[in-house]
Amino acid sequence: MHQTIIGQANPVAIMFFVLFVLTTLGITYWAAKRTRTTKDFYAAGRSITGFQNGLALAGDYMSAASFLGIAGLVSTKGYDGLIYSVGWLVGWPIIMFLIAEPLRNLGKYTFADVVAFRLNQRPIRAAAAAGSLVVVLTYLIAQMVGAGTLIKLMFGLPFELAVAVTGTLMICYVIFGGMIATTWVQIIKACLLLGGATLLVILTLNEFGFSYAELFKRASATPLGQKFLEPGALISSPLEAFSLGLALMFGTAGLPHILMRFYTVPDAKAARTSVFYATGFIGYFYILTVTIGFGAAVLVGQKVIMGIDAGGNMAGPLLAEALGGNIFLGFLSAVAFATILAVVSGLTLAGASALSHDLYVGVIRRGVAAEKEEVKVAKIATIGLGICAILLGILFKGKNVAFLVGLTFAIAASANFPALLMSIMWKKFTTAGAVTSIYVGLISATVLIVLSPTVWVDIVHKEDVAAVQAQIKTIDAAAAAADAKIADLQKQLGSKAAIAAAVQEKDQLAEQKKAAGAAMPKAIFPMKNPGIFSMGAAFLIGILVSLMSRDKAAEEKFEGEKVRTYVGIGAE
Amino acid sequence: MSSKRTAHEIMQDPDFKELARKKDRISWVLTVLELVLYFGFIALIAYNKPFLAQKMSEGGAATIGIPIAIGTIVLSWVFTGIYTWWANTKYDAMVKKVIEKVGG
Repeated sequence: MHQTIIGQANPVAIMFFVLFVLTTLGITYWAAKRTRTTKDFYAAGRSITGFQNGLALAGDYMSAASFLGIAGLVSTKGYDGLIYSVGWLVGWPIIMFLIAEPLRNLGKYTFADVVAFRLNQRPIRAAAAAGSLVVVLTYLIAQMVGAGTLIKLMFGLPFELAVAVTGTLMICYVIFGGMIATTWVQIIKACLLLGGATLLVILTLNEFGFSYAELFKRASATPLGQKFLEPGALISSPLEAFSLGLALMFGTAGLPHILMRFYTVPDAKAARTSVFYATGFIGYFYILTVTIGFGAAVLVGQKVIMGIDAGGNMAGPLLAEALGGNIFLGFLSAVAFATILAVVSGLTLAGASALSHDLYVGVIRRGVAAEKEEVKVAKIATIGLGICAILLGILFKGKNVAFLVGLTFAIAASANFPALLMSIMWKKFTTAGAVTSIYVGLISATVLIVLSPTVWVDIVHKEDVAAVQAQIKTIDAAAAAADAKIADLQKQLGSKAAIAAAVQEKDQLAEQKKAAGAAMPKAIFPMKNPGIFSMGAAFLIGILVSLMSRDKAAEEKFEGEKVRTYVGIGAE
Repeated sequence: MSSKRTAHEIMQDPDFKELARKKDRISWVLTVLELVLYFGFIALIAYNKPFLAQKMSEGGAATIGIPIAIGTIVLSWVFTGIYTWWANTKYDAMVKKVIEKVGG
């Protein structure tokens, strides 16, 4: 039997983690002295270089879901895992070609700045803040629950304590160090993650004489056989495939914590350079996780991986332990914790800026507030969000939160992306069009996911499903008994009447099974990925309402917006 | 010219028009290429799984689907590289010219 120390307190992991925390807290102390204005707090004084921001974007984006999740998915499902790794990358070129430079030239701190550039400030900021906050909160819950579970597995800490430690550290980084500290936490985490994954891949390939052909040959000898290297059943229908693809691609381009990072660089040129580096780092990382996944399937084995965690999330750490022993496992566990910590810090800062910059200053104070006041509100919002995240993380303990990541991307693609794109591109886009587009995208994505099989059947009606399954099992057992009875009677040449009665009994059971099956809860909305409908609806409503309304002031400002978009005159 | 011009005047400037036209063209061409690349991959998964399941070589195990997936990632990055190279060398020069002219 495979020996693992996963699940016990690992002194090496704790040592590496403490080292990471001390370093980042030191940076936070240094950053705190440089964080005075709103520009420092939200945008690191616009002093981050393109290369640094590329690393930080990669750090913000490469969550534990991509590090542990994709490697796990590949190790248990094989080729289907690759579909996700591709989907999570392809949003980046879209960000570069359509979003990054206009965003940098037009906005100040949040993506709502861009949507509200020509339009009516208050309704737009309220709607955009709602879109941002829902995305931030759903993603935070997913990360927090993941953090609690992983830390419990890797460090042996209790779930609640792990969530509280994560939340407290994240609040510290953000309120004291603002965007400067958050950026450096991302950069350090990205370097550790890329370095750790590279080392793991080198050690893995070493086992196969540095031959991918050999790796895949041995992967095809795992229990799933050649099927392991072919697209399988993960995506059932073409419509689901396209819908998932749309949400992954355009969801990336609608994540508030990613969009916010473009304000940390001095100009549009640095913004585009940072996307180039970020895409390279993230793509490289996903290629590594694919190798790690196949390597773990061969060298550790699916049985062991799924025995520790049914979702396969421990594939990477198990492989590290098998190849590099306790020390490498400890290092990688600490990196996984650092990964979550960095992502939640970025999310919290994005949520805090939506609350203070968009809701408090933009809506409540109608755009007039002193810088000091705005920073203070942002810090209070950070603490509030942090406490919310800790409580929600504990509330969702043990719940299946995998759907929350899908929900996050679906909402980002439906509520945030269409309004942002149309406000940049389309002269006749109106306030009414933007507001309805955001709310329709937000509500339709949420409602459709709640009504989908993932939530409606697997979560809301979990007990009903279990009851029906138990009922069917009992009926099946009775039917098997009836079969045995019929066979027995036939063998013993029993009376025809007795046989007929037994056959009738069996038919009745079959009827009962059918009736029980009909009572099985069904999803009201049949698809798992609603992206194609919710995003389509957001675009359609935005266009229709804009065509029906007229916003003369907005049209007049379009020329100014266009000049600023292209040449950056007047950009902050 | 040293006096600042209004946005409306800049919009009429032939150099600005040229710059905006070129930028729109390259942005949309690359966007469409990226969409074709990714949704082409998705279409293969949706409609032609056997194609992706073909073996690359006799006796080997790796399927064509693997380099296609990895290739989609690499090519996406290459597209961002093409855009960055174009914008850093050509576009920024055009922007500089317009800004000097309008005194932005």
